[in-house]
Parts: sequence; C-alpha cells; structure tokens
Amino acid sequence: MRDSFVSTLTELAPRHPELLLLTGDLGFGVLNEFVARFPQQFLNVGVAEQNMSGLAAGLALEGHTVFTYSIGNFPTLRCLEQIRNDICYHGANVKIVCIGGGMSYGPVGMSHHATEDLAILRSLPGMLVLSPCDLWEATEATRYLVTHRGPAYIRLDKSTAPTSAQPGESFQPGAIRTVRDGSDVTLVATGGILAEALLASDALAAHGVFCRVLSVHTIKPLDAETLTVAASETGGIISIEEHAVNGGLGGAIAETLMEIGAFPGFFVRMGLRDTFSSVVGTQQYLRKVYGLDAAAITRTALAKLAARYEDRSLTVEVTGRQ
Amino acid sequence: MSGDNQMPNGTHAFARRIRIHALRMTSKGGGSHIGAILSCTDILAVLYGGILNVDPAMPDHPGRDRFVLSKGHAGAGLYAALAERGFFPVEKLLTHYQDGSDLCGHVSPELPGVDVSTGSLGHGLSIAAGMAYSARLRSASHQVFCLLSDGECDEGSTWEAALFAAHHGLSNLVVVVDYNRIQGIAPVSEVVELEPFADKWTAFGWAVQQVDGHNHEALRAALSTVPVAPGRPSCLIARTTKGKGVSFMENTVLWHYRIPRGAEFDAALAELEAHH
Repeated sequence: MRDSFVSTLTELAPRHPELLLLTGDLGFGVLNEFVARFPQQFLNVGVAEQNMSGLAAGLALEGHTVFTYSIGNFPTLRCLEQIRNDICYHGANVKIVCIGGGMSYGPVGMSHHATEDLAILRSLPGMLVLSPCDLWEATEATRYLVTHRGPAYIRLDKSTAPTSAQPGESFQPGAIRTVRDGSDVTLVATGGILAEALLASDALAAHGVFCRVLSVHTIKPLDAETLTVAASETGGIISIEEHAVNGGLGGAIAETLMEIGAFPGFFVRMGLRDTFSSVVGTQQYLRKVYGLDAAAITRTALAKLAARYEDRSLTVEVTGRQ
Repeated sequence: MSGDNQMPNGTHAFARRIRIHALRMTSKGGGSHIGAILSCTDILAVLYGGILNVDPAMPDHPGRDRFVLSKGHAGAGLYAALAERGFFPVEKLLTHYQDGSDLCGHVSPELPGVDVSTGSLGHGLSIAAGMAYSARLRSASHQVFCLLSDGECDEGSTWEAALFAAHHGLSNLVVVVDYNRIQGIAPVSEVVELEPFADKWTAFGWAVQQVDGHNHEALRAALSTVPVAPGRPSCLIARTTKGKGVSFMENTVLWHYRIPRGAEFDAALAELEAHH
C-alpha cells in the first residue's frame, strides 16, 4: 500500500505543483523517485513530528496541499495537539499519512503498532479518516486526497487484501464497498485484515454460511446506510480491525447503528481488547495470537450463529473446531 | 497594500491605548494574563505601528507580512492592536471573554487581521516557519514575524522549529522573544533556566539581537534591519518587564493569572492613563 501511495503521488505531483510531501526522516529508498523528480515538492523535516505538523499547517494556510508522511503513531499521536489545533481547527489542507497501520511492523514491537489511531483521529472535528484494504483502494484513496480540501488521515497497511474492484469501478469516498454478498452474517473490516474476513468467508461457505463482506475504506464519515441494510438483511454483524475495539471501526458502527435504532441480530467487535500488542511476531502471527485471523473470525461467526438459531449442527461444528 | 503604517500619535500613544484596552478587557471578562500582555505591548505597538506591512482594508492580501502570536495568551493585546489599526471596531473589544463573543481568551482565527489561532504554547514557530518556507518557494517578498514567550522556550517543539528554520536559511522569518523572565507560576530562573539564552539561539544558527523590549526606537531599529544576517533567520530577544506600566504588577508572578478588579483595576487604570 505504501508503494501504491508513493507511486500515485509521484504520478500526480507534476499536475499539482501546490502538492508538497513532508517526511519525518522516513521512507528510505521508497521516496527516491519522488525526491529526484520533484525536489521542490519534497521536504525531509527531520525526526521532528511536532514541527512537521505545524509546518504543514503553515504551508497549507498559504495554499499548499501538504502530505505528512511517517510510520505508525509518529505522524499522529506524537503530534496530536498540532493536528488538533494547527491543522483541524484551521481546516488546513493537510493529509496525514501513516505507513504501517495496525500491527504491520510486527516484531518491531508495540511502539510501532498503530492500534488506537482510528479512534483518536476520527474524534477530531473535520477530519476525514481513510483506511484502505487493498492496493486498488490505497491508490484510489491517494488520488482522491490530492484534490480533497481539508484535513485528512490515511492509514496504510503493510498487508493487503486481494484486490476486488470491478473493472470500471470508481472509488466512492464515504461509501462502504460490498466485496462479497451474502445474507447469513456480515463481516465488516477495515484495512488489510479484510483478507482474513475473505478467508473466513470461504471457510464459512463450506459450512453453508454465506457472508456479506464489507470493506470500510472510509471510517469517517461512516456509511450508515450500508450498515443499516446489513443489520436488517443479514443475521448479524462482526467487525474486524487491527485496532483497539474502543472507538475504532467496531465502536463507530455500534454508535451509528444504536443511534439509528438498527439493531443487528448479533454484534461482535473483533480487535484488541484493552491490551498492548506486546507479543513478538509477524503481523500474521500476531493476528492469530490476538484472535483476529480467519480461524478466529470463522469460530466467532459459527458460535454466534449457533447461539442465535440454536442450531445444533453448528454448535457441534464449533466445538469440533475448537 | 496601502503601506499606510504611520500611527497618528506615534507608537507610544498606540501602546498606551493597547494597555488600557487590555486592562479593561481582562477586568470585564475575568481574563487572566494581564502581566504577560503588558510585557509585550510595546513589541505589538512597534510591529503594528509601522513594521508589519498589513492593511486593514485588505486583511487577507497575499503580499502582507504574516504575524503569528505564538504566546496566544496575550490575545487581548493583539485584539487591541488590531482594533486600533482599524481591522475591526474598537467597540468589539469589550465583548472579549463574553458569552457568544468571537474574541476568546487565546487568539481566534476568524477575526480580520489574525493569521493563525494559537493558545497552546510551542506551536507558533513551526506554523510561522511553514509560512516563511512557502513564501520562499514562491519567491514572495513578505516577511513572517513570530512573537514567542520565554516560557514556551521550554517546549521542545519550539527548538525543533528553530533547527528547521536555520537549516533552511529562512531569512524571511523573524522571531521576537518577550523575555520577561517570569513564566506561569514562577520565575524562569527557578523553573528551567534559559540562559545563556542568546547563545542558544546563536548556536541554533540564528542571527540574534538583544534590545530593551520597551524602548520603541530600539525595537523599531532592530525590526527594521531584518534579516540581521543574510541567509539566516533573525531572533530578537526583547528584554521586558512582566506587567509593564502598572507598578504593582511589574515583575510579579501573581499577575500572570490575577484578574484586575475593584480597587486594583482602578489603580491600574489610573497609572496607565497618567502615563504619557
């Protein structure tokens, strides 16, 4: 996703001279082409994220479209107040780019895991929050951001789901994409972990359970309509995110559906539950450890469906798998 | 731009009016920071009395000089300077801190003449550096001025921005530090000493001048000769007295937060009105 972002920005930079890319001294090797071709549109501000965000606000107030680029929590939590006061309060045209969303940086450790960013960033007034699931979404979201006006945050995952876009499909910011249709249960995910939802969907199909799989590339504003329809048309909703369950995708869905009064048959938030991702391992390993892989999603769906329908065969199946 | 920056009765009378407005505003609204406002009033008066190329008739003119009040708690002083310069009616000043006003305690961004909202310390210099960098990218000739408190030089972000501005040789950026030596709840010397202060800015790559921050001629001379050195940002360390102009407020920690009311307000107003 990082490469999709950089190549898209490199493609668009010559047509958008107002576009500036700021990095907090990260992107070794990745940004070379951009830097070589557009040195006037690039600025390495050093390891100084507060300054990067304040600079970005000042540049944006002068008419530039400014991307701030760093990894994990560095472009967000480290400089949150600059984002709140200097960028959001002024409605400044700054796009904050997080490379390595969720537990992408695996064994590097929790310092590099962005697992509260969605909740925190979406609470800021005026902030658009994007979290693509695959390379197509990452590319299209980047393209959209170049012409979007105002503060935005984009979380780019190291992992990616297989691209599911249809030929000619256009990217609709703010709309949830239905990647697979089904009516037994809705698996709704954000970011590369959608891949696990798709694998779970395959496994569940073998049990005769057909999933609707939704990709939420826009966390804010959230597509309430698609969620409301899913609540009524499917047996229940399971949200999946490489993020704390508090206030992220699951939290946002719960808030939205509760306020509307659209109550799904059941609702499960899968994510980190009041814990740091302190175990050492790859992103894939950590998903398993923290109960976010396809097997965990499959078990959760079967257990919930069994409880809801008191279906003995599903219960046996769940027990068997565990 | 009209370029009409002459004050009818000189910057001393301008400064006196700012002080009196700020005293009335903080008293009526129950606002604090009068000491910190009085300490930088002369700097504001000199900036808005001829240094800054700004025009109330065209507050958003792209060629204007930019001003970032990084010590946003002195907002009442900036509002008074802007109103006196005609950016908005003077009558609006007394709505400061009042329900429904657009003059909040720290600087409001919606007002004509205000470039940036501040209030949390250590933010302003980065924003100002971004504006200065943009001006250079576009070969624009205006300057960017940023007024810092000494207290916010405790903030690491201030020094991040200082490093950046020097590295990029932002000679169109001018910092003025209101060096009154008293921060929020104690003197600088007791909290975190900044000395050798000029040496720090010099070591960071800035061209530094030191002046009496209440001497208008000295301030004007220093601010008229920026950049002090070619290819470097300029830092003017203005030695000031917290609470300047009201004898019982001067050099006290108390009047950073204390609200002037009753007999204290009357006495302060009498002193400021008697001053010429």
